[in-house]
Amino acid sequence: MRADALDRLIHERLRLGIVSALAVNDSLSFSDLKKLMKTTDGNLSVHARKLEEAEYITCTKSFEGRMPKTEYRLTTAGRRALERYLDHMEALIRATRER
Amino acid sequence: MASVTPLHRTPPAEPPALHARAMDNLRFIRDTMEAAGAFTAVSGWGMVAVGVIAAIAATIASAQHSVLASIYTWMVAAVLAPCVMLWAIVRKARRAHVPLLSGPGRKFVLSFSPPMFVGALLTVILYRAGLVEAIPGTWLLLYGTAVVAGGAFSVKIVPVMGFCFMLAGTLAIFTPATWNDWIMAAAFGGLHIAFGVPIALRHGG
Repeated sequence: MRADALDRLIHERLRLGIVSALAVNDSLSFSDLKKLMKTTDGNLSVHARKLEEAEYITCTKSFEGRMPKTEYRLTTAGRRALERYLDHMEALIRATRER
Repeated sequence: MASVTPLHRTPPAEPPALHARAMDNLRFIRDTMEAAGAFTAVSGWGMVAVGVIAAIAATIASAQHSVLASIYTWMVAAVLAPCVMLWAIVRKARRAHVPLLSGPGRKFVLSFSPPMFVGALLTVILYRAGLVEAIPGTWLLLYGTAVVAGGAFSVKIVPVMGFCFMLAGTLAIFTPATWNDWIMAAAFGGLHIAFGVPIALRHGG
């Protein structure tokens, strides 16, 4: 497998974390993700936006009472990207063992 | 005095090997999934298959002329269903690249097993005491207890299903024995299918 086939977008730790967490949840709120990733509002927003632009995740904004709520979901493209990334990592490990 | 930088610096430590980084990334993904707490090792499609087995068992069991014959039918299903479920769980874990017995998976097994062991033991005790009518209710109650206990480390829907099994078990204990096959069909068949489909669709298969 070529090194440039690696999906740089989800290779970054925080983005990889967001995609991994969403892969096992129907949806996660902004605050859930923030707690899970132990990061700041700004950092999470920036990385979530990048994933959103790549259409790996979707973002829904709503109100829960008077409180705004941001909910993230993984798209099919995002799930496929994670699967490809996992395959890539496993291929790297396999290739080293076979050497 | 100004600090002096030596001309020959010590060479930087060798970067970690590619495979070590890949393993680290896989570990990170697993840890995140486990911390997200919503990955369930329980296979939704496995549950649907168990539900279908239970529905077939219920049809055969209801055609039997004695409670004991009906219990034997359910025992065959009780051996077959876990095998199918185990296969589905292993398949799901492999597909999700999640080790079967790490973190929540291990906790699930450790919490799920004791009530199941007690259930098997009580079956022998009740059989010897001639209380075969009480066996279905006991199975449902203890299976429900096992699912609630194991489900504490899984997605919310799993313990909810466990409570439903416990309710069905309570119903089976306090209703005539002739109802047992239908209650077992509704619980082991209906509940597995009803909860299995949403688990499969929302929680990775």
